[in-house]
Amino acid sequence: MGNEPTTGAALPADSAAADADAPLGGGGSPGEPLLEVRGLVKHFPIHGGFPIRRRMGAVRAVDGVDLSIAAGTSFGLVGESGCGKSTTGRLVTRLLEPTGGSIHYRGTDITHASRRELAPIRSQIQMIFQDPYSSLNPRQTVGTIVGGPMEINGINPPGGRERRVRELLETVGLSPEHYNRFPHEFSGGQRQRIGVARALALDPRLIVADEPVSALDVSIQAQVVNLLQRLQRELGIAFLFIAHDLAVVRHFSQRVAVMYLGKIVEVADRDALYRRPRHPYTHALLSAVPQADALADAEHPRRERIRLAGDVPSPIDPPSGCRFRTRCWKAEELCARQEPPLVVRDGSDPNHLTACHFPEPPTTLGRDVILDPALAAAEGVTGPGTGPGPGAEAAPDATRKAR
Amino acid sequence: MTTSRPPTSPAETDPGDPFLSVRDLGVRFSTEDGVVRAVDGLSFELRRGQTLGIVGESGSGKSVTMLTVLGLHEPRTTEVTGQIRLDGQELVGAGERTLQRLRGNTMAMIFQDPLTSLSPYHTVGRQIAEPYIKHTGASRRQARARAIEMLDKVGIPRAGTRVDDYPHQFSGGMRQRAVIAMALVCNPDLLIADEPTTALDVTVQAQILDLLADLQQEFGSAIVLITHDLGVVADVADDLLVMYAGRAVERGPAAEVLRSPQHPYTWGLLESVPRLTGDVDQPLAPIPGAPPSLLDPPPGCPFHPRCAHRQRVPGDACATERPELPVGRGAACHLSLEQRRTHVIEHRQPGLG
Repeated sequence: MGNEPTTGAALPADSAAADADAPLGGGGSPGEPLLEVRGLVKHFPIHGGFPIRRRMGAVRAVDGVDLSIAAGTSFGLVGESGCGKSTTGRLVTRLLEPTGGSIHYRGTDITHASRRELAPIRSQIQMIFQDPYSSLNPRQTVGTIVGGPMEINGINPPGGRERRVRELLETVGLSPEHYNRFPHEFSGGQRQRIGVARALALDPRLIVADEPVSALDVSIQAQVVNLLQRLQRELGIAFLFIAHDLAVVRHFSQRVAVMYLGKIVEVADRDALYRRPRHPYTHALLSAVPQADALADAEHPRRERIRLAGDVPSPIDPPSGCRFRTRCWKAEELCARQEPPLVVRDGSDPNHLTACHFPEPPTTLGRDVILDPALAAAEGVTGPGTGPGPGAEAAPDATRKAR
Repeated sequence: MTTSRPPTSPAETDPGDPFLSVRDLGVRFSTEDGVVRAVDGLSFELRRGQTLGIVGESGSGKSVTMLTVLGLHEPRTTEVTGQIRLDGQELVGAGERTLQRLRGNTMAMIFQDPLTSLSPYHTVGRQIAEPYIKHTGASRRQARARAIEMLDKVGIPRAGTRVDDYPHQFSGGMRQRAVIAMALVCNPDLLIADEPTTALDVTVQAQILDLLADLQQEFGSAIVLITHDLGVVADVADDLLVMYAGRAVERGPAAEVLRSPQHPYTWGLLESVPRLTGDVDQPLAPIPGAPPSLLDPPPGCPFHPRCAHRQRVPGDACATERPELPVGRGAACHLSLEQRRTHVIEHRQPGLG
């Protein structure tokens, strides 16, 4: 991805208006921002009370997200369940109405656009859903499903819709003869291909793929990932790729953002994020991914091992200041008082933004941080936070099980 | 095996007979469409204090195998052949009372979905205490104390008050911890974990897997870990069994299988998964096609319709002759050892060492 600062660069929310002109020069043709999201907020109100129902509070699902996706590139959004990544995807496609912030598609503000205003844009932003079983109507044939978007938009391609649908089926690796079959006749992987064909029917410029492979078997996942990647390269479609699997996101996206409790905590180009992460949460996420090649030996120094305590706090009443501070081993008083802005930290690449007051050293090797009380007790580690900080490669390996 | 045992001393490893021994297990279900051969000729062994990882895709028979060990299959429509010996005791054909005495006591299971494996009507503490009362004859008060002790051990904060909570008051990770506490309450010698972390987020998954490994060191249980994720196996398993279409296709020490896999299906699994390190410009190498129907499994090697290496085997052995899985380390494949070794060296992933 080189050094195009516009490629999915995100600015801190509060400074977005002020220095929008500062580092964002115009890139080349692939650097033209297709989608610009600034300070996006979605709060779901909670109603309750008796006898008069009133608003009790709100689930702050998305709370100030900035991102921009360049044409023809893939932007990955990772995070654990409940972090707001799917809500972000639904806001971008305007399946949900944002509470605040702005969404610009090719310069047009679509934040609160009406159905009629959205109609021409909807055909350019399509979605692929997670569950290939519930996202296809069981009463419709494949032809009707894939042709549906064209029918709704009144598009009559040369040669007729049926011919176009058969072409699309071939594009996604299905047989054109499947036109008259029903979804139940297909396996999970094939169904997901039908969903992809439907998303392609209107020649979109942006596809929001929400966990497109997580419901599939391991050997089938790779088929669908390869298909999406081929489409991205050959048709030049931009992707907002939402997933919880860090390895799949890394494989698919040139730029990756990590979300935690409704906010982006770190965003960077792929290599920077995976090799030189700065946010403690990114470190924790990466170290938690089980790897088939994790068997450390002399040539391959072992990855760091970070075990957080407890679960993600409730988005109804998120922690003050930095939202990760309740599970962070570096949290100090400042973290509770002041929310860290999403900015470039010392020692990071120029378009690597981290929202942390005390960023980690840019490496993923070495040390252990065990915060989970049960684990710490079982392994005889005294107290939480045994990470000796930078230069931890030489740390004693006492807590590691002999293997 | 007596019904009440004092808490066992940690890891009394017995180098003699395996604790769990499965020989030539076959499980067939009669369905409307015909007979499903869910498991076919499966054999493996497991010693105390060891962890066996069973890897396979959905429908490979890995869960059915372990449900059969526990005797949780539907007896009217299921035909079980072969041997399952737990600590010398034969379980195939054992009576329901024998099995009830063993279940929850000598052998326990952790299911995939912690929400559906807990009853919403009873408190967490009561559900943990139930098998303890049943198997040890402890009083309610003792059992409650034991439930608090177990909750504390699996890392539930303020276990003394959380013991009276209902499952919906727990988060996903805490529920899975409660299910683990329930499984471990009678110090089982055999713990079967069926995809115990699939429903969890990665940071919680890592906590749970480490916790299982630590508790195993403390209690010395034998663990069978069923998963589709080779990474999980690399983290915790001593031995590894790869299943495909109801049969074991490869087995051996986990580190060895992952370092130098010998079966084309294992190659496929390892090469189709993206990694945190490794080349991103290289497309993934998926396994073509889809797993076969077990109503009518392919003749010969069950993997041959999807296998890219079939042409390298002389004749049509792959389609006609069923390859044997050697005892100990090995793979059920017609390729010669030399051919397999060459493949492993050529396709070695950076970092697989």
